[in-house]
Amino acid sequence: MTSPSSSPAVRASASADSNAPAIECQALVKHYGSKVAVAGIDLVVQRGQCFGLLGPNGAGKTTTVEMLEGLHPPTSGTIRIFGARWGEGRDQWIRERFGVQLQDTQLADKLTVEEVLTLFRSFYATGRSVSELLALLDLEEERRQQFSRLSGGQKQRVAIATALAGAPDLLFLDEPTTGLDPRARQTLWGVVEAFRSAGGTVLLTTHYMEEAATLCDELAVMDQGRIIARGSPRALIDSLGEVQFVDFESPQTPDSAALLALPAVHAVDRRGARYRLRIERSLRALTAVLEELERQGVTPIGLSTHQATLDDVFLHLTGRGLSHE
Amino acid sequence: MSDPTAQHPLAELVKARLREFLREKGMIFWVFVFPLLMAIGLGIAFRSRPPEPPRVAAVNLPPGSLGAALRDSERVLVEELPEAAARRSLARGKVDVIVLWEEPAPTYVFDASNEKGVSARHVVDDVLQRAAGRVDPLTPREQTISEPGTRYIDFLLPGLIGLNLMGSSMWGVGYNLVVARKRRLLRRYAVTPMRRSHFLLSYFFSRSVFLALELSLLVGFGALVFGTIVQGDYLSLAALAVLGAASFAGISLLIGARVENTESANGWMNLVQLPMWVLSGAFFSYERFPEWLHGPIRALPLTALVDGLRAIFNDGASLLNLGSQLVVLLVWGGVGFLVALRTFRWQ
Repeated sequence: MTSPSSSPAVRASASADSNAPAIECQALVKHYGSKVAVAGIDLVVQRGQCFGLLGPNGAGKTTTVEMLEGLHPPTSGTIRIFGARWGEGRDQWIRERFGVQLQDTQLADKLTVEEVLTLFRSFYATGRSVSELLALLDLEEERRQQFSRLSGGQKQRVAIATALAGAPDLLFLDEPTTGLDPRARQTLWGVVEAFRSAGGTVLLTTHYMEEAATLCDELAVMDQGRIIARGSPRALIDSLGEVQFVDFESPQTPDSAALLALPAVHAVDRRGARYRLRIERSLRALTAVLEELERQGVTPIGLSTHQATLDDVFLHLTGRGLSHE
Repeated sequence: MSDPTAQHPLAELVKARLREFLREKGMIFWVFVFPLLMAIGLGIAFRSRPPEPPRVAAVNLPPGSLGAALRDSERVLVEELPEAAARRSLARGKVDVIVLWEEPAPTYVFDASNEKGVSARHVVDDVLQRAAGRVDPLTPREQTISEPGTRYIDFLLPGLIGLNLMGSSMWGVGYNLVVARKRRLLRRYAVTPMRRSHFLLSYFFSRSVFLALELSLLVGFGALVFGTIVQGDYLSLAALAVLGAASFAGISLLIGARVENTESANGWMNLVQLPMWVLSGAFFSYERFPEWLHGPIRALPLTALVDGLRAIFNDGASLLNLGSQLVVLLVWGGVGFLVALRTFRWQ
């Protein structure tokens, strides 16, 4: 229980690190017994960036984030938050500078929204006032409600408000919108964007590709404890090449081999009666596919095409859901 | 951005503890209402009253004036029964002794291991012997006493206070921590600059507030309803109560340091508390257990607390008269607290 004090004077002495990235980690590894949760990852998140960690459940995203937050010591590797390392006497200084929304945290059930925020605010040397937080997260009407009586979206807004209570420079958001309805999701996105436009840095994990595409300027895709791809959302999508996708349903079974034999068709993915073709991004390629379907006597229902999205990148990278390559 | 209205974190943590507790109706019942119900129930069941005369079953009364003397005596309650019914009544404890008259003398049937049976036999014999003409050579004088602090309620109340301090400290600290860990609230706190010591101290302070309430409630209730009095000084009583509560808080912190789910926390809480409910003499004196068990029983924290409370309540002792009890409480609480600090898990 020896934690150094976190007076404003200590915080001011951080000027030496003023150019350090918000987050920097090298060769980060975490073992739980014989299980390897994180198998050596390098990350740099510059100040002002919104960095997204994507990946399926169990990819190691949460373990990575919790090591960065100082909750678990890494098995090996180094972590620097604003240039400071954990366990070197500046833990409290680091904690003053970031805010956290953990996955699945339930705050004190019997406290009201206002009481929860007052409590969290009291932990930080500097920060926002409770009324400012209530206004920011649109919680003014719920301020006297007990936490247990809030809806999922309201609880999540309170969780984000506690993360903002110390006026952090860096925000860790671990699947912030999982289980929320679209409107609640939009509200939270607005809060994150406002935080960034004020100069804040964000590290976000999510498995909503739309969320990553909307909020993040840089992404890393994790699978089985490693980063298997990284770049801006645009660059990751472009990495698939000049492709488009054709979706349709069909009562008849098309001849996949004949479709794949077309030079413009890269892949055919089938789920029940639904088909998704990855083809060259050209009108000529689409025409060729339609002509082949007609030749086979297949009547596609609900035919649509779409440009590549992060979902397609994710499926392509992790190989899940794509039956042919 | 800076906000001058922010409060001290320790004050906010203590306030949060108090609010959470006061809004938990179940806790209020167990901590404040339940011990009062126990005191009322047991206090009434075991209230002191003049002993009832022994109940005697007469299978056939002696003839003439001897039988009349027995039937009319105020020192016994006589019921005439056939032998089978009389024996059934004896077996069920409805009568204390059976008188079987067979000329020229009575047979007494009673349970020799039962005090009431033995004394009933002597009373009924005395009545018959005197009616038959025995003259006592001595005329004794009697002096009866009724000292304060010797009734069952005087014995019981310190026991209930001890149980209450144990229960509220154990559930209020250890169980509460396990719930917070399970809800991942502890790890949420661990990623803030909140000082660990403030967090643990908040438990100490909030417990102290409730301790004062629990103690005054039970002491006041005893005084008002049963006329119990504290013969020692209130300062010693308060100091011992604080020490006892702190000792149990240390023990329960040890449970709260590691346990991850509420089911096993429940199990641990009961494993620690139940033996002391029985052994530590809260309801009846542990002197009834075999001699060799007394040493281990006195080493239990609840025994130390209850013995100490009784000494202050009923013997007018002060804290300075208590030696071994203080040591026992200090060791349990101190060891629990130190080990808990070293092993505490925030995740």
